[in-house]
Amino acid sequence: MTSAIAIPAGPPRAAGAAREVARRTLRKYFRTPGLFVMGMVQAGLFLFSFRFVFGGAIHAGGTTYVNYLVPGYVATIVLFSGGGIAVAVAQDRAEGFTDRLLSLPIPRYSIVAGRTLADFTTNAWSIVFTAGLGFAFGFRLTGSTLDGLAALGLCLLYGLVFTVVFMVIGLLAPNAEAAQGMSLIAFILAFLSATYVPVGSMPGWLQPFARYQPITPMVDAVRAALAGSGSDVALAIAWSAGLLLIFTPIAVLRYRRP
Amino acid sequence: MTIGATGTPLLEARGVTVRFGKVTALDGLDLVAPPGEVLAILGRNGAGKTTFVRTVATLLRPASGELRVRGVNVARDPLAVRRDIGLAGQFAAVEPAMTGRENLEMTARLFGHRRDAARRAAAAVIDQLSLGEVADRRCGTYSGGQRRRLDLGASLVGAPRLLLLDEPTTGLDPASRAEVWDAVRRLVAGGTDVLLTTHYLDEADELADHVVVIDHGRAIASGTLPELKASVGRDVIEVAVADPALLGAAERILAHRAGSTPALDAGGRHARARTADGAADLGRVIRDLAEAGIAVEEIGLRRPTLDEVFLALTGEAAAPPTATGPESAGHETTEPNATACYREGIPR
Repeated sequence: MTSAIAIPAGPPRAAGAAREVARRTLRKYFRTPGLFVMGMVQAGLFLFSFRFVFGGAIHAGGTTYVNYLVPGYVATIVLFSGGGIAVAVAQDRAEGFTDRLLSLPIPRYSIVAGRTLADFTTNAWSIVFTAGLGFAFGFRLTGSTLDGLAALGLCLLYGLVFTVVFMVIGLLAPNAEAAQGMSLIAFILAFLSATYVPVGSMPGWLQPFARYQPITPMVDAVRAALAGSGSDVALAIAWSAGLLLIFTPIAVLRYRRP
Repeated sequence: MTIGATGTPLLEARGVTVRFGKVTALDGLDLVAPPGEVLAILGRNGAGKTTFVRTVATLLRPASGELRVRGVNVARDPLAVRRDIGLAGQFAAVEPAMTGRENLEMTARLFGHRRDAARRAAAAVIDQLSLGEVADRRCGTYSGGQRRRLDLGASLVGAPRLLLLDEPTTGLDPASRAEVWDAVRRLVAGGTDVLLTTHYLDEADELADHVVVIDHGRAIASGTLPELKASVGRDVIEVAVADPALLGAAERILAHRAGSTPALDAGGRHARARTADGAADLGRVIRDLAEAGIAVEEIGLRRPTLDEVFLALTGEAAAPPTATGPESAGHETTEPNATACYREGIPR
């Protein structure tokens, strides 16, 4: 042995461990063009298609379609990009990375905290990027800047909620392919909501589901906030809190007993 | 941290049982490993090797039984165990988008090193495992052997007392295997205790002081390599005749003198048979062959290979890479005595 490796001074602090886990997740995301660049390209093409291809055929009621679409699109972009989180979590489990983390003397919740912090950051980036794209494609604020910021705040809250939801999907899926497939189901929820088309344009038997599933009040709350109204905001926040309360413990427990 | 003073076994399993639903992966596993040795857990795929390593690494909880690492009960104080171990699993758990050095520094921080100490530990490991040339490249660009060594390094940056290596060379080409073996030998020389699992018999032969053979979640034999080889007993007389046409005649002599059915290389020149009284039988075989006028290219007495030991213990052939070919087919099957006398654990 050329030089001795020192024994660690003591077990790591939870915050330090979470920061290391987060830093690794972020480095992976921003250094892998397939994740970072393709994420932006896909989000852009999808918005482009809705705005310029389907948009002409969709009637949004009292407003232009771009002003109807963009708030919904930005609010649910995480459902679109979040599959990557589920796949990454499932891959970490399959490829032994999670085993390595669990064999180290760190608190298990620091793994969840670190991943959440990092994935929320990438989600926040998606949200801000897509919002910018929305403006580029013709979206305009009808209310004040403050209303706009309130709407953005709601979108970021949803970003946090779905970070945890997709993490749980990744933890429950047997492998990365299954995680991808299960994420698609979450993505379909966005289609069966008021995100892209008004619920009133759907067939009558579908409307109750579309109206009462959580995505619709979440999207409607963002539209309301942009218009300076608070309708649906309480309901959307309640849904967000409820989903976080259900999914966070599942994530922590799954990391505890892999 | 003076857990596990001299004399405390490195590892002590008493009736460890682990179940996944209805599947019993470890079925009352008993084993004791003394400190200061390399312990190899030898078994086929599905024998329970990985389950055992994951249980030692506190990733699985035994349904019953007791498992102690350096005297610490894994179920009662997993955190203390985690401070003592380093795990290198079956897949190289390194982040391909980060450099080798970044990976090592991250793991060092997660072991509890402060920033400077983490940097020093990473540098020491890079030095120790000869990763200097590639340390600042992203490990997505590494060869299989380099990635494996880096993974080994990541389990070392916390200066663990016990290193757990789960099939450290599975899937590697021969050169990379040699690299990893070298790295492990250097660690052992530096005083790290190692538990490794393998289904390569030559790997156990190369690295281990002590071998536990497991099958269907139970230890079926345990001991040093010479002890294990001795337990299956009998030496092997191996003959290579100069003229393949005379192999049949040589076989009859071998069968007569050794008292067991010889194994032949189909269409070849080699015959081998187990013998109870090695040297004396060998002398008789040589004499008989000379009297019969059979020219011999090579003749010798050797100890059984690990492959043959494994075969004798489990009654089935081991994994292919080291199976020594046609001979496997010709051997007697189970030898209940050898199994029974080694089931109790390690002779002190």
